[in-house]
Amino acid sequence: MVTDENAIQADASLPEKVPFWLDPQKRAIVYQIGVLCMFGLLAYYLISNTLINLEKQAIATGFSFLNKESSFEIGETVIPYSAASTYGRALVVGALNTLKVSFIGIVITLILGTILGVSRLSSNWLVSKIAAIYIEVMQDIPILLQLFFWYAIFYESLPSPRQALNPVHGLFFCNRGVIFAVPETHPAHQYILLALVIGCIGVYFFRRWAKKRQDATGQALPVFRISIGTIICLPLITWLVFGAPIKMDVPELTGFNFKGGMTLSPEFIALLLGLVLYTAAFVAEVVRAGIQSVSKGQREAAMSIALKPTQVLNLVILPQALRVILPPLTSQMLNLTKNSSLAVAIGFPDFVSVANTTINQTGQSIEGVALIMAVYLIFSLSTSAFMNWYNKKVKLVER
Amino acid sequence: MEAYVQKTPLEKLKPPVTHVGVIGWVRTNLFDGWFNSLLTLLTLYFLWEVVPPLVRWAFIDSVWNTTGAVCRDADGACWSIITTNLRFILFGFYPYDQQWRPLIAILILCGLLFYSRDRNHWNKYFGYGWIIGLVVMGFLMRGGLFGLPGVETTQWGGLPLTLLLSIFGLTAAYPLGVILALGRQSRMRAIKVLCVVYIELIRGVPLISLLFMGSIIFPLFLPEGITINQILRAQVAIILFTAAYIAEVVRGGLQAMARGQYEAAEAIGLNYFLTMRLIILPQALKIVIPPTVSILISAFKDTSLVVIIALWDLLKTTQSTLSNPEWMGFSREAYIFVAILYFLGCFSMANYSRRLEKELSTEDH
Repeated sequence: MVTDENAIQADASLPEKVPFWLDPQKRAIVYQIGVLCMFGLLAYYLISNTLINLEKQAIATGFSFLNKESSFEIGETVIPYSAASTYGRALVVGALNTLKVSFIGIVITLILGTILGVSRLSSNWLVSKIAAIYIEVMQDIPILLQLFFWYAIFYESLPSPRQALNPVHGLFFCNRGVIFAVPETHPAHQYILLALVIGCIGVYFFRRWAKKRQDATGQALPVFRISIGTIICLPLITWLVFGAPIKMDVPELTGFNFKGGMTLSPEFIALLLGLVLYTAAFVAEVVRAGIQSVSKGQREAAMSIALKPTQVLNLVILPQALRVILPPLTSQMLNLTKNSSLAVAIGFPDFVSVANTTINQTGQSIEGVALIMAVYLIFSLSTSAFMNWYNKKVKLVER
Repeated sequence: MEAYVQKTPLEKLKPPVTHVGVIGWVRTNLFDGWFNSLLTLLTLYFLWEVVPPLVRWAFIDSVWNTTGAVCRDADGACWSIITTNLRFILFGFYPYDQQWRPLIAILILCGLLFYSRDRNHWNKYFGYGWIIGLVVMGFLMRGGLFGLPGVETTQWGGLPLTLLLSIFGLTAAYPLGVILALGRQSRMRAIKVLCVVYIELIRGVPLISLLFMGSIIFPLFLPEGITINQILRAQVAIILFTAAYIAEVVRGGLQAMARGQYEAAEAIGLNYFLTMRLIILPQALKIVIPPTVSILISAFKDTSLVVIIALWDLLKTTQSTLSNPEWMGFSREAYIFVAILYFLGCFSMANYSRRLEKELSTEDH
């Protein structure tokens, strides 16, 4: 700070030596040593207490329990898992479940939140007011309460599998969850996926090339249409090449439960619904603020230099609005991921829930809580590292 | 040919009836172009489908003061679960004949909060009033003096617990957050690093992990023989959590301060402590009042998480009522009631924050 340097310069010009307790720099060193000592003492006190307590209760420390057999079942798994698997694998299953629900949740939240945010600014009074009411109400009800509510709706209001609601062919609602038909497994699927990936990579390089070409020659290509076309057509052609398999795996009621199709458990749906509906309200506010932050003059100026409406949006409005929107949007996405830890309250086996079971079974509470914190820290620190990189990239370059 | 000259004043024409009044408003706001018209019609259809059945369920067909058995035959909502169990939901296991005490405590709190709305009332004496009010509330809840029978904290529950956790959580977290924010802005490397690590660590993990830490690990930290009751441990977790968020908000305020403010303070010979107390913090904290209120709102909502570590807050008493066989299956009504309570709390705070924002922004111009 300027003031400090001034003080030091003044010191240097003075003939007599300043006593060390009046020198801000030396004083600062003393303060810091003091604080560090206090911190160290506190840490030492807590750790020594903990060690004594652990010894008294005969709890082993360390992460060796991760290799032991878990002997509990997990309802939903992304990777193969059984009660004979290790605790380590159980925790990985939990982490993957957290990632799954967060990822799907984030995608739906972004769509719903954007729609709500735009509706809030709509010139249509009715739509705008309904969006406003939704945003206000959802923001003011705790997420946990919403999770309980949706979960209760599922197991109380929906019928048993035998009387499952069947609004369209192949879709069932019952208190065991939502069961719907999925395409039967076919070798074509992996090739379709491959085609999609190739399409995306191709589009990426095509866009770069098109931008270079535009910078060099000034000619613009219909980049958007070509990109969308490639991404849709490539998998479609692959699908046709394989003879267009359309056979569906339709769920059927056998005994007390459904067989076939895909089942989403009530826990998963309640969690997803709660997270999405809650976070979308916050995202809507972020989107609204972002759009409002771009002044009207920008649009008018863009139109006056004869840009097309899509160009106005893509080249002028969105880049400016996104700069405002993205940082708070990221923190909302992180909030959603962190709130997914409330799954433990409704019994969805996310990371916290599995870690909690592990703690209860092994008594390794410190390790368990440390693992929970570490996993969420990794999520949020990697996201903020990415955001810092991105912010630097889109930062307004001022003269 | 004769030039046409208008000799008499023309009759004043009214604007067309389609552009003013109700019709004009409807046209500009609801049927402005085909897209908006379509949107309006779709929305109206949606409302028509949703609102009347909802009203019928919630009011017309609902039952209000019956037993659970009667409820099962009713078509509409069973609000009896609320009316019958209201006192348990609100006050938990607090002794039944003493429940007027938490009620009065809550009323005092509401009164104080209501009076604090006007910023003209914020002065030293009102601060003392708050302290006295909090002491009286604590005394009412705890009892044990002046002939009031004592009530252990383990029996506290319901709404008073929720309010207690959020009010004390915020009052204790606020100074801690300010200190952390100042530490983060500090020039002393060691202090800055400590504060940054703390803030980022806490903000990176979910509250539930801190609550677990409070309820499972915290007892291990203490020397043998010393135990701290569970409400206090949850309270500490909430305080530590909220403080990190407040620190970030306050940091925003500190960063918004012009450099000249610091320099001017130094120029008149104020030391660091006085600079902060007299010049920087009063301005910085004023700027961040609105975001601080939103932290208060989320802290209030977050207290509901203590249900996971089995404290008897509002949500837990509701769930306990629902596990009673007589009232099993009426979760919707019960949760809607709790949601309304939370909504009223949060909405009034949010409203207040918006009003404050308006007041503060006009002052600058």
